[in-house]
Amino acid sequence: MMSLTQQRKIQHLYNRAGFGISISELNKVQNKSLSEITNNIFSASKTSTDLSVDYGEYAGSYKMKKEARENLTKEEKKKIQKAFREDIIKLNVKWINKLANDNAQLREKMTLFWHGHFACKSPVPMFNQNQNNTLRKFALGKFGDLLMAVSKDPAMLQFLNNQQNKKKSPNENFAREVMELFTLGRGNYTEDDIKNSARAFTGWGFNEDGEYVFRDKQHDEDEKVFLGKKGNFSGEDIIKMILENKKTAEFITNKIYKYFVNENNIDKSVVKKLADDFYGSDYDIEKLMKNIFTSDWFYDEKNIGAKIKSPAELISGMMRVYNVKFENDLPILFMEKSMGQMLLNPPNVAGWPGGKNWIDTSSLMFRMKLPEVLFKSSELEFSYKDTPDEDNVKEGSMQNEDVSMQKKKKEKPDNSAKEKRFFKQVKTNINLSDYFTTFGKYDKEELVNILSEFVLQKDINVNTKRLALTYSDISSKENMIESLIVRLMSLPEYQLC
Amino acid sequence: MAKVTRRDFFKFSALASASMMIPNFIKPLQAKEITDKFLASGAKKLVIVQLSGGNDGLNTVIPYKNDIYYSSRNSIAIAEKDVLKITDELGFNPAMPKFKSLYESGLLSVINNVGYPNPDRSHFRSMDIWQSASASDKYVTSGWIGRYLDSECPDCKNPYNAIEVNDTLSLALKGEKYNGIAVENPEKFFMSTSEKYFNDVANANKNKHDDENVDYLYKTIVEATSSAEYVYKTSKIYKSKIEYPKGQFSANLKTIAELIVSGIDTQVFYVSLGGFDTHVGQNGKQENLLKELSEGLYSFTDDLKGNDKLNDVFIMTFSEFGRRVKQNASGGTDHGTANNIFVINGNLKKPGFYNAAPDLTNLDNGDLKYDIDFRNIYAEVLNKWLNVNDKKILGGSFNGLNLI
Repeated sequence: MMSLTQQRKIQHLYNRAGFGISISELNKVQNKSLSEITNNIFSASKTSTDLSVDYGEYAGSYKMKKEARENLTKEEKKKIQKAFREDIIKLNVKWINKLANDNAQLREKMTLFWHGHFACKSPVPMFNQNQNNTLRKFALGKFGDLLMAVSKDPAMLQFLNNQQNKKKSPNENFAREVMELFTLGRGNYTEDDIKNSARAFTGWGFNEDGEYVFRDKQHDEDEKVFLGKKGNFSGEDIIKMILENKKTAEFITNKIYKYFVNENNIDKSVVKKLADDFYGSDYDIEKLMKNIFTSDWFYDEKNIGAKIKSPAELISGMMRVYNVKFENDLPILFMEKSMGQMLLNPPNVAGWPGGKNWIDTSSLMFRMKLPEVLFKSSELEFSYKDTPDEDNVKEGSMQNEDVSMQKKKKEKPDNSAKEKRFFKQVKTNINLSDYFTTFGKYDKEELVNILSEFVLQKDINVNTKRLALTYSDISSKENMIESLIVRLMSLPEYQLC
Repeated sequence: MAKVTRRDFFKFSALASASMMIPNFIKPLQAKEITDKFLASGAKKLVIVQLSGGNDGLNTVIPYKNDIYYSSRNSIAIAEKDVLKITDELGFNPAMPKFKSLYESGLLSVINNVGYPNPDRSHFRSMDIWQSASASDKYVTSGWIGRYLDSECPDCKNPYNAIEVNDTLSLALKGEKYNGIAVENPEKFFMSTSEKYFNDVANANKNKHDDENVDYLYKTIVEATSSAEYVYKTSKIYKSKIEYPKGQFSANLKTIAELIVSGIDTQVFYVSLGGFDTHVGQNGKQENLLKELSEGLYSFTDDLKGNDKLNDVFIMTFSEFGRRVKQNASGGTDHGTANNIFVINGNLKKPGFYNAAPDLTNLDNGDLKYDIDFRNIYAEVLNKWLNVNDKKILGGSFNGLNLI
C-alpha cells in the first residue's frame, strides 16, 4: 500500500473538521505537523459568532399577542407569513456563507452536524435563528448542556408539540423522539418509558416572547416509572437519567464516527473506546473530536475519501476551496433544493439520512453539472410548480432579490401547463490566482496528475485523466488550469471527501 | 409536528441547463412499436401511493354508529350527519366524495385493520418495515420493490422498470443488486444525462471499482443514462387531456398516467403524499390531504379508464401506521398501529369492504389490533399481478387475499 502524502492527510483533516482547504491555505500549513495543524483548527473554533439577519419591520411580529394576531386582516397575515418565509431563506443563505467563510470552521461543521441530529424547523425565523445559535454555542461543549438547551428551545418545543403536552392528556411526540433520535437510540427504552417520560415533560412550553416557560399547572407531578426507576420525575430528571445511561454515549459516538470518520466501514472497537472516553469525560464533545482527529486510525487509507459530501458540504466546500463568491445568493437555495438538503428545513425529525441516500440518478447528474455552472456563470433553470401558494414564491423570495433577473419564458409544449419556468444567470466571482501561481509551472501531463491529487481524495484511472484533459481548454496555461479543475470537479469522485 | 413552512409552497426544482438544448433527433417513437411491446409484455402495472406521517384511518373510514369512536374523540370525531355513508356502519370522511363515487362504480376496495405483529410506533422504523417488508424485529436494508428488480424476471431487468415519481428514491425501490429510478420530470431527467463528457467518463469506468462509494456512484450514472432517453421518448407519446387537481401529488399522478398510456415498460410506480402526522389540530389538515388524495386518484382513475387501461393497473395506498383510537388534548392523535388500505382496479374480485370494521372494544394498549398482515397484500401483488416468486422476495410465505 502506498503511504499517504502529507497533503492528502491535511486535506482529509480539513474536509472532515471543516469544509476543505484552499491552495493558499494549504501552501501555508504544508510544512507544519498534523498535531500543530489540528491544534490550530481547535483554537480557531474557540470563539463563536452568532448567525443573525436583519428582520426589518416584521422583527417583532412573532411576539404578537394572541388577540392582536386575531385582529389582523387576511392581507396583513399574508404579509407577515411572506416576510417570515423570506427571512428564513435569508438565514439559510447567510449560514451557507458562514460555513464557507467563517474562521471557526470546526464549530460550523459541528453546528451543521447538530442541526442534522436535532433536526427541527419552525415557521418563525427568530426561533430558527435562536436554535441555530444554541447549537453553535454548545457545539463543542458538554453534550448534556446541549441536550438540555435544545429540549427547552422554543423551536423544538413547537416542532415536537410539547407546547401541547399537558397533564390531563400528554402528547408523546417529544418524549419519543428525544430517546429514539437524540440520545438512547432504538431498543434501549420501552413504550412505557415513552408514556411515563411524556408525563414528566408536561408543562414545558414557551411564551409569546419565545422564551422557555414551565407551566406548573400543566405538569404531572405524580409518580412515574422510567428506565426501571420509580419517582416523581421532572423533565430535567428524565434528561439526567438518559445521560446516566451509557447507551446515550454509545449512540452519539457512533453517529459522530459515521459522520466524521467513515459511514460504511465502522471499526466497532474504536467506537467503543471513544464512547467510553466520551462517557468518562461527562460528554465533553471537544475532547471527543480531538480524540478522533489526533488518532492514527483517522488517517487510515480506508477513511480517506470515504464520505459522500452532503449538499451543504459540497456547496460551501466549493466556495471555500475555490474562492467562489455569488453575486446573488438565490441560486444557492436552488442548489440545496435540487440536491435534497434545504438547511433549516430537514425532511423530518430524523434529519437527512445522509451517505448513499444523497445520491440518486437525479441528484448525481445535478452535482456533476454544478461546477461548470458556477465557473462559467451559466444559467440555472428553475421551474415552479403550480401549488396553491405559488404566488408567494413568485412575488416574494424571487423578485426582490434581484431586479435584473432574466425571466425568459420558454415555450415547451411538452411540458405540463402547470409548470412555470424561467432561467437565471448564476453570477459568480471566482479567484483562482493562487492556483495559477502554484500550478503554473507544470506542463500538461504533470498538471492533470497534480490537480487530480488536489481536487479529488480518490485516485482516478489513466483514461479518466485523459478525458478530463481532452475536454479541457488548453488555449492558455490559466485556461487549462481552470478547465481541468472544473472537469475534475465534475467527476463522481468529487462527491467524496 | 410543526407546520411545514417553505417546503409546502416552495415546490420548485432546479436543473442546470447551461448547454442543455433538446436535441432535434428526439422524436416520438412510433406509436405502434410501443403498443406492440406493451401488448407483448404482461402489461400489468402496480401504483403504490404512500401516505407519509401516519394517516388517521379512523377519521378516514369512519365507524359512524360506534359509541366508542365518539366517546374517544370528543373534539375531532366526524359527526354522523357529515359522514359520507357507505354501509350501515362505515362511511368516508366528508372530504372524499370522489372515493365514494369510485366505490359506487365498483372500482375501489377498502381493506381494514392492516398491520403487522409487534407494531412499531416510530415513523422511521415503521416506514422501513413497510418499505422493506421485514418483520418488526428484523432489520433489512433493501426494499421489496428493489428485491423485485433483483429477481431479474423478464419484466424487471431495467432500472426504469420501477419508477418513483419524486426527486429522491425511497428504500422501497432499492434492491440489494439493483435500484429503481427517481424521476420527477422525464424531460429534465433526460437533459441532465445527455452530456458527452459524462458518458465518456462512465465508459472509461466500466470495470467494477473496489471502493464501495465510487462503485455506487458510477453505477448510478449508468442507471441514469441507460434509462433517461427511453423514459423521455416514451413520455412524449401521450399527453393527458384530463383535468387534474392542483398540487404536486396530482401532477405526479398525471406523469404516471401519461407514462402508462404511452406504453412505458415500467411495472411499478411509486408516489407519496406527506403531512399526515396530525398531533395537533388534525381535522382541517387531514381533510385537505384526503381531498388531495381522493380527487387526485379519481382523476388518475378517470384518465386510465378513458384510455382503457384501468384493468391493467392496480393502485394501492398505505401509511406507516394508523393513529391512537383516543385523541389527545391538542385536537390531534398520536402514533398508533393498524390501519386501512385502499385498492383501486377495474377488475377487483371483491369491490367494497374487504373485511369487517375495526373492533374498538378489543384494543391493544389503546391501539387497534391488526387482522391482515400487509405482507399478504404484497404477496398477492407480486405473485398474481407481477408474476414473480413472492416467497423469495418477501423471505417467507404469505397467503394472498384473492383481491385480483
